[in-house]
Amino acid sequence: MSIKRIKIVPILLLLPSLLFLGIFVYIPLFQNFYNSFFNFSVFSQTKEFVGLTHFKELFDDKVVVIALINNIKYAVISVVCQVFFALVLAAILEDRLLRKFAPALRVIYFMPVMISISVIALLFSFIYNPQMGLLNSFLELVGLEQFAKPWLGNAGTAIYAVIAMSQWQSIGFITMLFIVAIQKIPHELYEAAEIDGAGKIRKFFSITIPQVKETMFVNVLITVTGSILVFNEPYILTNGGPGVSSMALAVHMYQLGFLKDNMGYASAVATLIFLLSAIFAIVQIRVSGTGKDD
Amino acid sequence: MISVTLTNSKEHVTTSPKGSKFKPKTALSGGIIYLGLLIFAVIILYPLYWMFVSSFKSYDEIYNQVWSLPSVWHFENYTTAWSKGISSYFVNSAFVTIITILLVVLIGSMAAFVLSRYKTRWIDVALLFTIGGLMMNPQVALIPLFEILSWSNLINTHWALILPYVAFRLPLTIILIRAFFLSIPKELEESAIIDGCSEFGVYFRIYLPLSIPILITSVVLTAYFAWNEFMFATVFIDSTDLKTIPAGLMGFRDALRTDWGVLLAGMVIATIPMIILLVVLQKYLVRGLSDGSVKG
Repeated sequence: MSIKRIKIVPILLLLPSLLFLGIFVYIPLFQNFYNSFFNFSVFSQTKEFVGLTHFKELFDDKVVVIALINNIKYAVISVVCQVFFALVLAAILEDRLLRKFAPALRVIYFMPVMISISVIALLFSFIYNPQMGLLNSFLELVGLEQFAKPWLGNAGTAIYAVIAMSQWQSIGFITMLFIVAIQKIPHELYEAAEIDGAGKIRKFFSITIPQVKETMFVNVLITVTGSILVFNEPYILTNGGPGVSSMALAVHMYQLGFLKDNMGYASAVATLIFLLSAIFAIVQIRVSGTGKDD
Repeated sequence: MISVTLTNSKEHVTTSPKGSKFKPKTALSGGIIYLGLLIFAVIILYPLYWMFVSSFKSYDEIYNQVWSLPSVWHFENYTTAWSKGISSYFVNSAFVTIITILLVVLIGSMAAFVLSRYKTRWIDVALLFTIGGLMMNPQVALIPLFEILSWSNLINTHWALILPYVAFRLPLTIILIRAFFLSIPKELEESAIIDGCSEFGVYFRIYLPLSIPILITSVVLTAYFAWNEFMFATVFIDSTDLKTIPAGLMGFRDALRTDWGVLLAGMVIATIPMIILLVVLQKYLVRGLSDGSVKG
């Protein structure tokens, strides 16, 4: 009796999770691969097999190239701003001299992380507004009005305006991850370096950076994966426009599927997104040792 | 320098003679650093301050006097926003968020219990299955989930959000809770079983009460995700009555046209719960984000 109960209880406890993951995470993944080989529409149940056509289409699609370049720009700028700038910021905030102000500054820098992306994006559409926008008004105020422009309406600046908003929102998040990592560094290392006469900059390069190397790597991966997947920011601010100048892969996928009703090809774009992001995700899981027993 | 050392005396700060010398050069670079931190704080805070202040303004004032305080404080912007739709978005968001939290924490902790207590080949497979879930992302699942939810007639209901939210939050939640469960000493459960406690009793009476901190962390992370999620909320729900705040705000903007003060008031209302969460449960949030190291 008791032996039987012990065997059944774990299965009952584990089953709901496995079902949720199976139905809503794994089946969609495989279904997406499957869908990539078919032509179908949102409203019809029938799917027409087209083989590898959609994958060939990917290589000829100029919008995919533009989107991919934009995703890469997103990744490069985000790594420079969020990882390197955030590391310096975290190191400064953890400096003894700032003990009094650091807690308040941490909360301030972290605030945008908590706010819904749709609120942030609506707020930035006010900031970038060509008529009354805060950014242009500010440039006028400091006598730089020659730089004022319709930031989101200009094909040359739209994607950078979108990326800038992301940096504004996310720097606080990565900074917080670095702060936690820096707090774990043993104090003795810094004390020993001080006795040897090392200055602050020397300590940063010789102790802080080597000690947070792993966090840094994980943060680079988080940022790059996020940049490959980015959807909300360009979708809300520019919807990929003007034209397709600020298109990102996920926005392209959404438009192909739900606006142009080309679900099969949209699935092929989703497959491309999955392959790109999965590489980084696997590396991240291995590096951060997720699920290890220690 | 001395005052800093004094206030931190319990952290045994040993200031070397070199560090305590007050050099003009360090004072200057210190000043630049303070200025930089201050400017960055202003860049972060000013737009939020502007959103708050402008939410009390009329359209004319937002348009023509961008920087000024409102000449008349239009508190009615908030009541208008609330009655024109934000109230129902707010209730919908609260419902979706609360149900998601309950399911994630309950189901996740059950799975974490099994995955931390048993060691067989099948458990390893289940663990791998769970961790593998971290690799998936909502973007790739968007179209297939739309199909699945349409077939099952769940599309355009709150369950179209709740079920995928739970599924996508489970891997991280299970991993966080499992790591905590592993630290609970085995002797506790052994003595409980000797005292006649059932397997389920060990989970419910020993593991859960001992794990309150990590459970709060899971609640905060799930709340943060479910309250702010945008893509599923936009695609899976069509009718205005069922929309959650992030998706509802977009429709709100289109419906209001130039009633910017009201729109900004709606944005502030959407933000308040998360700021409260940040201030009250900061500790749990930060710990969760750093343990999970997974964005959003």
